Amino acid sequence: MVERAGAAMQAGSPGAFGGYLRAVGAVIWKDLTSELRSRELLGGMLVFALLVILIFNFALELDVRARQSVTSGVLWVTFAFAGTLGLNRAMAVERERGCLDGLLLAPVDRSALFFGKALGNLLFMLIVAAIILPIYSLLYNVNLIRPDLAGVIVLGSIGYTTVGTLFSAMSVQARTRDILLPILLFPVVLPLLIAAVRTTSSLLLAIPLAEIRGWFNLLIVYDLLFVAVAIMTFDYVVEE
Amino acid sequence: MIEARGLAKAYGMRPVLRGLDFRVERGEFVAVVGPNGAGKTTLLRILACLARPTIGEVRVAGKRLPGQATAVRRILGVVLHQPLLYGELTAHENLRFYGRIYGLADLEARIEQVLAMVGLSSRSNDLVRKYSRGMQQRLAIGRGILHDPELLLFDEPHTGLDPEAAEVLDGLLTTLSSEGRTMVMTSHDLARAAGSASRVDILYGGVIARSIRRTEIQTDELARLYRQVTHG
Repeated sequence: MVERAGAAMQAGSPGAFGGYLRAVGAVIWKDLTSELRSRELLGGMLVFALLVILIFNFALELDVRARQSVTSGVLWVTFAFAGTLGLNRAMAVERERGCLDGLLLAPVDRSALFFGKALGNLLFMLIVAAIILPIYSLLYNVNLIRPDLAGVIVLGSIGYTTVGTLFSAMSVQARTRDILLPILLFPVVLPLLIAAVRTTSSLLLAIPLAEIRGWFNLLIVYDLLFVAVAIMTFDYVVEE
Repeated sequence: MIEARGLAKAYGMRPVLRGLDFRVERGEFVAVVGPNGAGKTTLLRILACLARPTIGEVRVAGKRLPGQATAVRRILGVVLHQPLLYGELTAHENLRFYGRIYGLADLEARIEQVLAMVGLSSRSNDLVRKYSRGMQQRLAIGRGILHDPELLLFDEPHTGLDPEAAEVLDGLLTTLSSEGRTMVMTSHDLARAAGSASRVDILYGGVIARSIRRTEIQTDELARLYRQVTHG
């Protein structure tokens, strides 16, 4: 029996990097396939994000210059709130029918499961951003379809989904998980959001890159730091 | 195959297991019975590497937990009372997903084999959320045995099943046991446990209060012993 089990898993030795990547890919594939069928997560995030930018559009009746100065704040508030909805939903799927236990039973390094979930969340967040940016540009008469801005959004989203995935795994077992996640998440992502808002704002106001390098570096350092923290702590976070 | 010594587990200030010793030989089918809250699920979750004991030592197939948990998970199949299946995926897709994260070779053939074994080949392309509880539990067993594990752990597998589905499940348990796998099943249903296991352990007060070989005792005598242990 032992030999049979070993033979069945020979092609994917869990210690091998190939097996690690296969596990990451499998989790992403599973999340995308489920979402394509249910459309619960993306649908909820998109509707919420659209409502936020519409409300701000009517609430802030500003001239073009003033709109440019508030754009970065409105944009990141929208991403952060919509992102929290998505993070909660993505982990709730794992809680239904005990699926998180199913993942944790797999003979792979648990950081592979973390990366699978985090990359899936990142993808959903970037899809929402890709849809929201053109709509925002039209409503606020600001050009947001720019490669430098896209870079900042990707960096900000990486940090946000890394911390968010870790904290949503932590809060998923709690009865108050829906309110627990934002309470845990927002204080920790505050430096990231400030850096993202400042960088976005500076890019929109055409401030020279040298002047915003500090904020830009903070985004990169934050991403690296929390990816490392997540790899080290995910195993402890999910185990009873 | 399994050796646990002095196992204790507390959730906050509430102790669940209190220095439990538990041993299972290779090829044995052990049923752990006890009233609700006795710690059956906690014991199973520790053996399944899903929970860490507060104190105590656990070895599975000679490997120590939690240090060598990844190696233990390779030979471990677990069926909990929740099916651990994704409702928005089909049965086939669920097994394909688990097969990929387990890194199984020749996966499609193995999936077909397992689906046939649990009697779900004709419904393999249906979404799991459309399955009945009994069908979900059969597929959960399919998920548990997909990687052909040597050791199988079942946590209250009969929960929520109608009598017909429970009989199908019993048939599957008997087949798996006859293949020589080591199996541990928790249950609060003494009759079901006694019907299929080769040994019945009564878990009460956070320890194994009695351990009885099925060949040594009749079912009615076992029931009397169970009442004696759990009601004093």
